[in-house]
Amino acid sequence: MSPVPSRNQCRGKAQSFEAIFAKVLVRFPATQAGSAPNGARWIAVQPLEMLEVARFLKSDPDLSFDSLCCLTGVDLLKFPTDAKDAPPCTDLACVYDLASSVHGHEVCVKSSTSRETPEISSVESVWGVASFFEREAFDLLGVSFLGHHDLRRLLMPPDWIGYPLRKDYVYPESYGGVELKREGQTFESGPYK
Amino acid sequence: MNTPTQEIAKPGNLQDEQILLTSVDDFLNWGRQNSLWYLLFATACCGIELMQTGGPRYDWDRLGMIPRPTPRQADLMVIAGTITHKMASRVRTLWEQMAEPKWVISMGSCANAGGPFSKFSYSVLNGVDKYIPVDIYIPGCPPRPEALIDGVTALKERIQTYKTFGRRDEPIVLQ
Ligand code: SF4
Repeated sequence: MSPVPSRNQCRGKAQSFEAIFAKVLVRFPATQAGSAPNGARWIAVQPLEMLEVARFLKSDPDLSFDSLCCLTGVDLLKFPTDAKDAPPCTDLACVYDLASSVHGHEVCVKSSTSRETPEISSVESVWGVASFFEREAFDLLGVSFLGHHDLRRLLMPPDWIGYPLRKDYVYPESYGGVELKREGQTFESGPYK
Repeated sequence: MNTPTQEIAKPGNLQDEQILLTSVDDFLNWGRQNSLWYLLFATACCGIELMQTGGPRYDWDRLGMIPRPTPRQADLMVIAGTITHKMASRVRTLWEQMAEPKWVISMGSCANAGGPFSKFSYSVLNGVDKYIPVDIYIPGCPPRPEALIDGVTALKERIQTYKTFGRRDEPIVLQ
């Protein structure tokens, strides 16, 4: 047997999405299950509960999500909502893709937060790799992660104004004395329409 | 009318010093253009082509091009790749650390004008010439090693006419 277990050589027993969600729901009654027409399913978590949920997902022996594969920030501005007369969505969200090398199962966790005060508790203390992911999401979408040890910009210069991957971002006309003239950069007139 | 001998005899005559410097410049330029040490600095895919040009097939060394790991020993900076806003100030710092005389080649569309990122990228600088003066622009995405060698050949011609106290020449855009 190779030293690194492949998916079907894992020691534990893979759980279905329903089983994982049922376990989480018992501990955290505010969580919800979500699904998309393409079959994707996820657990929706309250933003300020995220750290507690992450600790539980990692430490519970039946779940053992020891690997954070990806942390993605999403801007849900103008995202279509289910209810017809609900106000248009303006949230920012974070998507956590988790995997367990013990049991060989995976789960997707989402946490959405308001645009005015985008705050999600940091999971850096649970999965160390989240440190850079969260800095990137902070840099490009302006989500602030409570409890992150060093939340600075990662890809843009430190004195850059605005969060470039927000859909309502307007590209600045100059930076550092250099003129940056571009066309079609706003949400209304640009490529995102 | 003065004869040339009388003119040289006058110390401090500006014209005399120019005559002297021009001939020294000629000698120095001959050395400079045949030992162009370049800063090993690459930020994106054009850098692969830069390394390829330095490899055995195109053998840049035969033109006197030796890569240097520090800007303090380099005469030439080849901007090979995409320059982001965050990188631009670092490029400027590296350029300032190079000793005079120094030259800059902008290699590829990204360094020339932002390339494929010029319109909708939030982080890429539209042309490195907004931060440092560029001598030669080489088009291409990426330019082939032949194009890079062509650019260096054009730069060598320029170095031959370099004047220590002269004005900076206008940049050359290769076709
Ligand atoms: S010009 Fe093309 S090959 Fe060169 S760095 Fe830009 S994208 Fe890469």
